Parts: sequence; structure tokens; C-alpha cells
Amino acid sequence: MEKDGSNSPSSILHSPSSRRRGRLLEQALFWLFRLATYFILACATYIFLDIGIKGSRTVFTSTPPFINLPFLTEPPQTLYVFDHDGKKMTLSDRQFREWKSAHAGVEVEATSVAYSAGGIWPCIVGTALLVIGSMALALGIGISSAIYLSEYSRNGPWIRLVRIAILNLAGVPSIVFGLFGFGLFVIFFGWNVSLIAGWFTLGLMVLPAIITASEESLRAVPQGLREGSLALGASKWQTIRKNVLPYALPGILTSSILGIARVAGETAPIMFTAAYAMKDEMPWQVAKFTDFFFQGVMALPYHIYVVSSKIPQNEYTERVQYGSAFVFLFLVMLIALTSIVLRERSRSRLSW
Amino acid sequence: MVSILEMPETTSPTIVNHPERIPKPETERGMIEIEQLDFAYGTNKVLHDINLSIPARAVTAFIGPSGCGKTTLLRCLNRMNDLIDSARITQGTIRIEGVDINAPGVDVVDLRRRVGMVFQKSNPFPKSIYDNVAYGLRIAGITKRSLIDEAVEKSLRSAALWEEVKDRLHVSGYGLSGGQQQRLCIARALAVEPEIVLMDEPCSALDPIATAKVEELIRQLKQQYTIVIVTHNMQQAGRCSDHTAFFYLGRLIEFDQTAKIFSNPAQRQTEEYITGRFG
Repeated sequence: MEKDGSNSPSSILHSPSSRRRGRLLEQALFWLFRLATYFILACATYIFLDIGIKGSRTVFTSTPPFINLPFLTEPPQTLYVFDHDGKKMTLSDRQFREWKSAHAGVEVEATSVAYSAGGIWPCIVGTALLVIGSMALALGIGISSAIYLSEYSRNGPWIRLVRIAILNLAGVPSIVFGLFGFGLFVIFFGWNVSLIAGWFTLGLMVLPAIITASEESLRAVPQGLREGSLALGASKWQTIRKNVLPYALPGILTSSILGIARVAGETAPIMFTAAYAMKDEMPWQVAKFTDFFFQGVMALPYHIYVVSSKIPQNEYTERVQYGSAFVFLFLVMLIALTSIVLRERSRSRLSW
Repeated sequence: MVSILEMPETTSPTIVNHPERIPKPETERGMIEIEQLDFAYGTNKVLHDINLSIPARAVTAFIGPSGCGKTTLLRCLNRMNDLIDSARITQGTIRIEGVDINAPGVDVVDLRRRVGMVFQKSNPFPKSIYDNVAYGLRIAGITKRSLIDEAVEKSLRSAALWEEVKDRLHVSGYGLSGGQQQRLCIARALAVEPEIVLMDEPCSALDPIATAKVEELIRQLKQQYTIVIVTHNMQQAGRCSDHTAFFYLGRLIEFDQTAKIFSNPAQRQTEEYITGRFG
């Protein structure tokens, strides 16, 4: 034990006061980290509760079947609000016309509130169509280029350039993708505001995420499996197809599902390229087959944007705003949950 | 003045190769001839002027300390080094049955089918035992079930694994023990009927009992195959090889019959390595 000088290491090592300071610092930092985590939890809880509570007023009903089926299965309609016989009537477009024919001759001063009656069925369908098409496109191009980058390409300045390009693509704000898609697909290619323009725009937007995820999954397949296969006289493509891709695919798909959540959630890329605020026909109601690809669709995120900022706000608009947000959140959570389940299942099945 | 790089290599030991002791008919099935081979990873030259004739239907062991280039040379024999960027043969030729395997017209896929390989780390595919062995056959385009069944059984028997796995052919190869996995990899390599089997330290991860089994297997396989085995274990080289090549710092120091190498090596370095004085 050192006896002299308070500056010797052992005097610090054995000093009770410095140990106390250390403990205090530990405690303070521990609380800082804990509070940061709780802050996130609080924010998330507030958002989910707010949308959950207000949205469930729209989506659920107190009588069987407890789910507001018309909201999920009908197109949006204009809401008419008026007083009649001292009673406040809130009727959808269709109901209002029926009411008027039933009460012929009765003059009412009705206020109309756009989109606030009916449901969001075309938006759900449109979002589904956008997601399916853009993911098919992005997975096709993304997995192919990931295979090229991870299995075929040799590192060089050209490949580094490609990687930088992919990285940059990932950093482009979604509104810029929207403008790009508008300029290229909608105007230059003359596709107008259409599903196909939306597919390409959204597909390009998720491409970097899919390429990166696919490359990672491919690289995670041990080199020994490739060598083992090649050493048995398999060609490069046979090796990739039979002994690399099958093991990488679960990982690729899992990460891609998170890409789906992003595609489904983006408003900016589709607002110029694919989304209509209102469309009466469902996507399959087209004159000829090719028109299917060249029609605009309604989409959930764009619908939320429209009903919350493009129409005059009043007490009747909240119903569809929160209802749409609730359904949307539910769908995205469902997608994310699927990805987690898939990941866990593939993890337990494949291990090396 | 002559640059040091251009000077003839006076310091390198004379290569002692005794071709007269080894029967050497021209282009025998499974015979490998390596001539003046130089190999480099980028600018890092790792093999220098290797001359070696590996006899057919015998076991040839490559021994030497880590980093001496023996695995690199082994991987040259089925062009596995093609997979490594910047790795290349800078000079010399390798001929298998008289054909230069690095010639432009050579089909590397066919070469690798004829020159099988067993890796240091056993690498069964994450498939069933049956599918592991059938892999090479299916790759080659064989679809008839009965043919595959037959070949799978034959290969597993050759690899002395059949009795242990015949009741669970369709469970994952990952469920086998380390030694069984390595024998599965050997069976997989044998299924495509190669002429040469390269083994890169096949027993380095195995316990003594599994090692003994694999060594016994190697001794049996030489009836039909040319076997080249890289090993760190000199007892193993002594036990199961007919010829031994000793490498040091990327050069072939000595190549002779195993009995001769281990009892009376011609080179001092070989003797020092074998007696454990370095390496």
C-alpha cells in the first residue's frame, strides 16, 4: 500500500471519495439512458393511443359484427349535413339522394363535406396494387443486381462507383423521387398519372434498400458452400441458384417486407405519379386490359393527406382522417409483423 | 550491374525429385504434373518454381509449416484460386493427364468435376444427407431417381458412412458429428466419380477417432483415386501417404517416397521440420 502523496495511483484507487463520484456518475448516466428510452416509449404510446382510440370510433362499431364494414368496403362519398324537423341529419351522398326522393318538395340547406362519408375501399385496393407492382419490380431488379455485385463483380473503381450511386440513391428524399417520376414517367414517357408510373417511381425508391439487404443476405451465406458446390463441378449460376440463393432468400424477403412498409407509407412519390384524390371506378373497371396499367388509383397515404389538408376541416372530417390512419397503421404493422415472424422462422431453420 | 531480381536464384536449395522411383507412364489417368509453377496473390509471390509429378492412384501428402503455400498449390489443381481476385499463376503449367488445365479452352466446370475437393472446414450443404451426396449428380443433369439412389449408397459406402446414416438419409447433414460431416463431404466428392481427390487438412477439426476413420478411408480410396492431401500433422502424412512433398516458404524443398522422407530425408530443412526443430 502506498503511503505518500495523494497523487499516486493507489491513493486514487483506494480513495472513498473518488469511488463515490464514480458511483454518482454511473447513476446519472444510467438515468439519462433510461429517460431517453422512456421518452421514446411515451411518444410511441401517445401516437398509437391517439390514433387507436380516435380511429377505432370509425373502424369499430358497438353492434355485431363490431367492425364498420361499410367503411372498409365502400368508396368515399360526400357527407351532407342539414337540419330537418329540428333533427341534425348526416347523410352520405347516396343516402341524401334517396332521402331527397323520399321527401320530394322539401327544401333543405345542406352543407357538403367532401370524402367524409362512405369508406376507403378504393384506397386500400390502390395501395395494395401499388405495393405489389413496385415490389415485384424492385425485387426483380434488386436481387439481380445484388447477385451481380456480390457474386460476379470484382472490386474495382467501376464497382465502387456503382456502390456510391446506390448509396446516394438511398439518400434521395422521397419528394425528389416523386418529381423525378413525374418528369420521366408521367411526362416524358407519356404514361400520365398511372399505376405503372407509380410502380416505377416507388420501385426505384426502395431499390437501394433491397439491393443492400440482398447483398448482405448473399454475403452471409458461407463461402464454404459456394466452394463446396463449385468443387463438385457446378457452374457459377448453378451454385448461386441451388446453393446460395435459397439460403439468402429468407433474409432477402424479410428485409424486403420492411421495404414494403416503406412503399406503402410514402405519399410524396405517388402524389405526382399515381395517386388520384378521387376516382369513382375501381381499378378493375377498365375498358381494355392495357388501361389497367395506365390508370391512376386512390391510395391510403395520399387519401389521408387529402382529407387532412386539402378539404376544409370541421367536426365531420375527423372520422375519416383517423379511420384511414388507423387502418393504414394496422396494415403497416401487419406487414412488419409478418417480416418479424418470417425472420424468426428462417433463422431457426438455417444456421451454420 | 545486374539487379538482384534478375540474378539467378543461387540460394534456393536444389529440388530433390526422384522420378525414377515413381512409375511414370505418359498421361496416366489421374496423374498430375506441375512444371516451374509460380503463383502470386497480387504482388505477393507465394509459390516459386514448383516442379512436381504427382503419381496416379497413390496418396501424396503436402507438408510444411503454415504459410508455406501447400494449400495454395492444392487449390491450383482444381483452379479454386480462380475465385480469389488478383490471385493468379504467373508462370509455369499444371497438366492433368497431359492437358494444361489453365489453357484457354479448358472447361473449368468439367475440371472440377474430375478433380474433387474436400475442405479443411467440413462444409456440408444445409440439406439432407441424401441431397448432399446427390447434389453433384443433379448438377450434372442426372434426374433418374434409381440412378441417384444407387450412386448415393455407393458413395456413402465408399466414405464408410453408409452404415451410420442409412436409416436417416433424409435428415439434415448438420445433425451429423464433425467426423461424419467430413466423411459426408468425402462421399459427396466421390459421388461425381472424380479421378483425383484433393484434401485440404481434412482432419484438422476432428478428434483422434474420427481422424483414424478418415485416414483409413484415405488408404482405401487410393485404389481408385489419385489423392493429394495437405496436412499439418506429420504422423498423418506418415501413416497414410505414399509420397510426401515438403514445402517451405513457397518452395518445394523435397519430394520423395514417404518412408524415405521420414527416415532419411535428403535435405537438412526437411529433417529439421520432421523432427520438430522448426515449423
